[in-house]
Amino acid sequence: MTALLEVEDLRVAYGKIEAVKGISFSVEEGQIVTLIGTNGAGKTTTLRTLSGLLKPVGGRVSFNGKALTRVPAHRIVALGLAHSPEGRHIFPRLTIEQNLQLGAFLRKDAAGITKDIQRAYDLFPILGERRKQAAGTLSGGEQQMLAMGRALMSQPKLLMLDEPSMGLSPIMMQKIMTTIVELKSQGTTILLVEQNAQAALSLADQAHVMEIGTIKLSGTGQDLLHDEGVRKTYLGED
Amino acid sequence: MHTLPQQLANGLFIGSMYGLIAIGYTMVYGIVQLINFAHGEIYMTGAFGALAVWTNLPDGTSIWLALPLMLLGGAIVSVLIAIAAERFAYRPLRGAPRLAPLITAIGLSLALQQAIFLWYPGADNAKSFPQLPGGPYHVGSISIQSGDIFLVCAAVVCMIGLAAFVRTSRTGRAMQATAQDPDTAQLMGIDTNRIIVIAFAIGGFFAAVAGLASGLKYGQVKYDIGFQAGLKAFTAAVLGGIGNIYGAMLGGLVLGIAESCASAYVSNIPGMQQLGGGSWANVWAFVLLIVVLLVRPQGLLGERVADRA
Ligand SMILES: Nc1ncnc2c1ncn2[C@@H]1O[C@H](COP(=O)(O)OP(=O)(O)OP(=O)(O)O)[C@@H](O)[C@H]1O
Ligand SMILES: [Mg+2]
Repeated sequence: MTALLEVEDLRVAYGKIEAVKGISFSVEEGQIVTLIGTNGAGKTTTLRTLSGLLKPVGGRVSFNGKALTRVPAHRIVALGLAHSPEGRHIFPRLTIEQNLQLGAFLRKDAAGITKDIQRAYDLFPILGERRKQAAGTLSGGEQQMLAMGRALMSQPKLLMLDEPSMGLSPIMMQKIMTTIVELKSQGTTILLVEQNAQAALSLADQAHVMEIGTIKLSGTGQDLLHDEGVRKTYLGED
Repeated sequence: MHTLPQQLANGLFIGSMYGLIAIGYTMVYGIVQLINFAHGEIYMTGAFGALAVWTNLPDGTSIWLALPLMLLGGAIVSVLIAIAAERFAYRPLRGAPRLAPLITAIGLSLALQQAIFLWYPGADNAKSFPQLPGGPYHVGSISIQSGDIFLVCAAVVCMIGLAAFVRTSRTGRAMQATAQDPDTAQLMGIDTNRIIVIAFAIGGFFAAVAGLASGLKYGQVKYDIGFQAGLKAFTAAVLGGIGNIYGAMLGGLVLGIAESCASAYVSNIPGMQQLGGGSWANVWAFVLLIVVLLVRPQGLLGERVADRA
């Protein structure tokens, strides 16, 4: 059985500078896989390439058995791959509800969309209270919830989250992590990029440590959580 | 000497035309941050497209019957040129330095002007354009031509239609998303290239409506009318806040009224006798633009750049 997502020798460059230098990893259906690593390691570049916003200079990506590298970005979400980008990128002058509706842009089932919007409000009640408000007026943490809710609106098989806890209070951060585990139990596969390595590793099935464009170390979340090098570099212990 | 109400009405008429053309600048800018400086020529070719339909209709065809066909002909010409300009001139330059599409636009403008000048029969001079019968009508002290009524009605209908389209249709929502964050719009499944084409097409259609209306109003068209009309409409778009469709129409109306009043009244101000009249209208239009931009750099209805991020 092949994995849901397979990345082989992926290389991505900005002009002449290679930001991702030939990485390989896979994501099995039903897993939580995390990429951690220092600033500038190439995590965001990797996710943006998987969702088609950047074109790789080399390597292969297959998702659900289909080669992705030549598929334009706007077709990829239809295949079941959703991306909640780093820095939230909500549509600031549209309302919260309109943002959620855009997450379901390609869906035709109006009743299902309404139900899923309600589900997002149940998950993050603050979004429901503010549904008619311009999304740009939300606080950073609330925007983060909206970005995650919006990505879920496409009913993805694989949800890619780029630093979903950025700017969140410890309580909200806990809430996001719980939500990720809950999504997994409902059958959504997750590729998580996180600065908070402790939190990410403790819920990940598989984890990869990126450093300047390469994967330095891979293992289960628990393995890496107890790896001495990882503890020193990423968990701030000495 | 015209009365003040007449000057205001004249300003409203010409301003409606500026507003219709300004929509094309503002829609395209709002979505791809590109100024399509060839847009004035798209308006001009729309007028010639409408004229070509009229010329080829059998003698004695009623102008009222001809009107929808002329609009269709003008719209086909303008929309096709706008789409071709996007596809072949601007799209390859996306991501290039801003000067590149600007130079392309100037080249495209000259090419379109020359194409009409050389190939449209008899277009080396002004070509006469049919006019609407009836009128002038009198409302109080104001005298209104049939062509002016058509112009204002067309502007109102087009604006209401566009506002409804952008606010309520699925494609309109996709346009808003693309304008606010094009990369993220793609992540939602929006084909942003298609949205850009639609923005050019809508701008082309509005330009064709303006081209037809201006032919009917002035009773003639000429291959070089696009330059000045385009410049005024661009001014209107900036004045109203570029990127904002309501701003484009408002900017057009404010500009039209200011011009009309300035050319009538500035010469009454002691010491400024030389600075009134129609030939100074352009100068006053730009004075207005500069003053507004000093006070509100984002234009009348524009948002501050910080809000757009
Ligand atoms: N648009 C760009 N143009 C040029 N270089 C870029 C661009 N975006 C990112 N880079 C470079 O590519 C490298 C990888 O960046 P990337 O954003 O993928 O890192 P990251 O792992 O997500 O970092 P962080 O944890 O800070 O978000 C960095 O050296 C960065 O400077
Ligand atoms: Mg990043």
